[in-house]
Amino acid sequence: MRKDILQKPKSFYDTFFRKPGANPQSTHYCPGCGHGVIHKLIAEAMDDFGIQERTIMISPVGCSVFAYYYFDCGNVQAAHGRAPAIATGLKRALPDSIVISYQGDGDLAGIGGNNILQAANRGENITVIFVNNAIYGMTGAQMAPTTLVGQKTTTTPLGRSVENEGYPLRMSELLATLKAPVYIERVAITDAKHVMQARKAIRKAIQNQIEGRGFSMVEALSPCPTGWGVTPCEAKKWVAEVMAEYFKLGVYKDKNGTPQNGESPPPGAKREIVTTKKEILALLGAKEEATDHKFTQLQAGENYQNPRIKIAGFGGQGVLLLGRLLSEAAMLSDYHTTWLPSYGPEMRGGTAHCHVNISNKRIGSPLVSEADVLFAMNLPSLDKFENEVRKGGVIFVNSSLIQRRVKRKDVEAVYVPATGIADNLGQTKSANMVMLGAYAGYTGLLSLKSILAAAESVVKRKEFKKVNEKAIKTGMEFVRNRKVKRSESVVELH
Amino acid sequence: MSKLFIKGNEAVIKGAVLAGCRAFYGYPITPASEIAEAAAKYFPQVGSTFLQGESEVASINMVYGAASAGQRAMTASSGPGISLKQEGISYSAGAELPLVVIDVMRGGPGLGNIAPEQGDYNQIVKGGGHGNYKLIVLAPNCAQEMCDLTMLAFELADRYRIPVVVLTDGFVGQMMEPVELPEPVTEFPQKTWIVDGTAKTSRNLISSIELEPEDLEKHNLKLQEKYKKISKAEVRYEEIQTDDAELILMGYGIVSRVLQSVVEEARSRGLRAGLLRPITLWPFPAKRIQELSGAAKLFFVSEMSNGQMVDDVRLALEGRRPTRFYGRMGGVVPTTGEILEQVKKIFHELRT
Repeated sequence: MRKDILQKPKSFYDTFFRKPGANPQSTHYCPGCGHGVIHKLIAEAMDDFGIQERTIMISPVGCSVFAYYYFDCGNVQAAHGRAPAIATGLKRALPDSIVISYQGDGDLAGIGGNNILQAANRGENITVIFVNNAIYGMTGAQMAPTTLVGQKTTTTPLGRSVENEGYPLRMSELLATLKAPVYIERVAITDAKHVMQARKAIRKAIQNQIEGRGFSMVEALSPCPTGWGVTPCEAKKWVAEVMAEYFKLGVYKDKNGTPQNGESPPPGAKREIVTTKKEILALLGAKEEATDHKFTQLQAGENYQNPRIKIAGFGGQGVLLLGRLLSEAAMLSDYHTTWLPSYGPEMRGGTAHCHVNISNKRIGSPLVSEADVLFAMNLPSLDKFENEVRKGGVIFVNSSLIQRRVKRKDVEAVYVPATGIADNLGQTKSANMVMLGAYAGYTGLLSLKSILAAAESVVKRKEFKKVNEKAIKTGMEFVRNRKVKRSESVVELH
Repeated sequence: MSKLFIKGNEAVIKGAVLAGCRAFYGYPITPASEIAEAAAKYFPQVGSTFLQGESEVASINMVYGAASAGQRAMTASSGPGISLKQEGISYSAGAELPLVVIDVMRGGPGLGNIAPEQGDYNQIVKGGGHGNYKLIVLAPNCAQEMCDLTMLAFELADRYRIPVVVLTDGFVGQMMEPVELPEPVTEFPQKTWIVDGTAKTSRNLISSIELEPEDLEKHNLKLQEKYKKISKAEVRYEEIQTDDAELILMGYGIVSRVLQSVVEEARSRGLRAGLLRPITLWPFPAKRIQELSGAAKLFFVSEMSNGQMVDDVRLALEGRRPTRFYGRMGGVVPTTGEILEQVKKIFHELRT
């Protein structure tokens, strides 16, 4: 019997081979430190639950950064405070593993405060062992978020003051206010009775994870005689009498595995999962090459080939969509093409514009600084961009909203009452489609079929399909039925 | 396969799905948000994890956890978020974790703006985090490459156990172009070093700590060896009309597209300009620069920054040839016309 009690848990390495220095049999912890006891309680639980091989221990930054010297299981070392985030990545990748996030007070309550809060709030199915010794042990006894008021540390040489540093953080109480955690208890590593309580708590926190119940945390008040500058016996006494006075021991949350009324979470949306190559490609939108979605390139006049197009108007006029459809139709006709939007706050009200390139060759700059074609859907757009059109370029003017004529005399101006036409069709919003049709009809670069196919693939709402088609066709007919009036170098369409 | 007309940012996620990426952890930021949005849409449908982390710091550490478990995992952000991720990137480099970070650059410093810039070159290529590490840095300049280079990023990350960054800008991310999707990857490398909660890996350790100076030096030397190997094997670049070029234009990302147009314009005026576009910013095509410095008289570098890559061009040239730099900042993208003016001036100087 005696032999059994003194046995080292199998979940510890026999010899601490990763530990440098002369003595690979003993730990690096100071005499009287609580870490050793807590490590042993965890290792015994791992043995007893038979989970050693599937346990992943996350070491924090702090004295227990070297937890991986001791635990004979998968070990991952974390940046300061980030263990709960790393635990999230691990556990979601490996739902069958047992992930233990071992953290100190600076790590969990200080630098990693948000990480623990959010992991707890998400109800990650992990076990957190929170060692609270009210001090930064590793770095030389500086103040921790849990340092008690009046407690002297190397960064509070006169004692922690509420005025300067505020009150110590009670993490168990704080996290217990969250809905998701299933179990939170604070224990103390002091006398045998309290260690037995800690043992029980750690087992429960691990068992919860094994059973897939969710987030559990055990906060262990733990002596740090070296950091506190006292003897091991004095340290234990201080935990029991002073620390436990402010950090009250007990169970702060215990859902006990059975969802209480109204606590059972609403089920998330279920999704079918695709796995085969073909399904994945289809999910991402790839289609087998379909011949009916290939359109022959039309022989446009030289002035209209390889256009660099700028489309501008106010938000809501669908200028970005107009550009997309031009590009999409061009792609379906085997042209190279680019579409570049103005993005960000500009999209939310105000003016919007986009740049479209269509070319027989690979396209260099997608940015249209000197446009071959300008679509001016409103007056500010014409004012702003009229002078950026190259000599001989084309300006499509939405003459329903723009009362003035194009000032330049060295460009082609095509006046289309797009908004008016769209109004007559019963859908003001399709003015952009009228313009699109007008462009195709005037330049002869893109076929009606390719534009309709583009509209079909981009505009998902079926109720727009018919009116858009009509608008495109009407725009096209409009320019074809007008006479081109040429005077000097000016070409105007009326 | 038929082509898709999609944004560069969306192409990243389509590439990631095809590369077998199993986890995306990220935080929204313009102009990179479409990446997270696309991941949220597609990842759960192929059985992969998507989670919006509480912060950039948390997100990169979730990726650290997923990569430790052996998953192909990624995150994406823009400058301000990348600055926050540097902690996790340094730890991942130290722990030799294969993971992929997408940086869709915007204007800086500070909150800056959301227009495209290239001011993150130094913090990515030179290492914005602490320590003696390198990252493989890929610089796509079109939507197709956003897909293809993301796939390559996962492959290189696994091959070398190294974090790989796809460094791009707001324009390449927001621009839509035709993309042809490659076939999904079906074969993945075996990873024996991971910690996956099984008996086989239960003695593995993922860590970046080495307490003894000699041990840490040894670890660092091992990393440097790896970097040497990568810089020999993985340099990638594209050249346009460099054969007889007197003037070599250099730029990456969206600027390389502008420079391509400049080369066309210059050539049409009888000016022998060529383009050397690094596709890997690290390893940098230093050798190719040296080779071209034989015939070329001058190197012209344009960036949307205060001149960061140009330092690497100068280091590669070792004073052999002069360099000129032309940069715009704050989100201003140089036009073909304004760079052409610079180029014309240089040719005028070269002739007189």
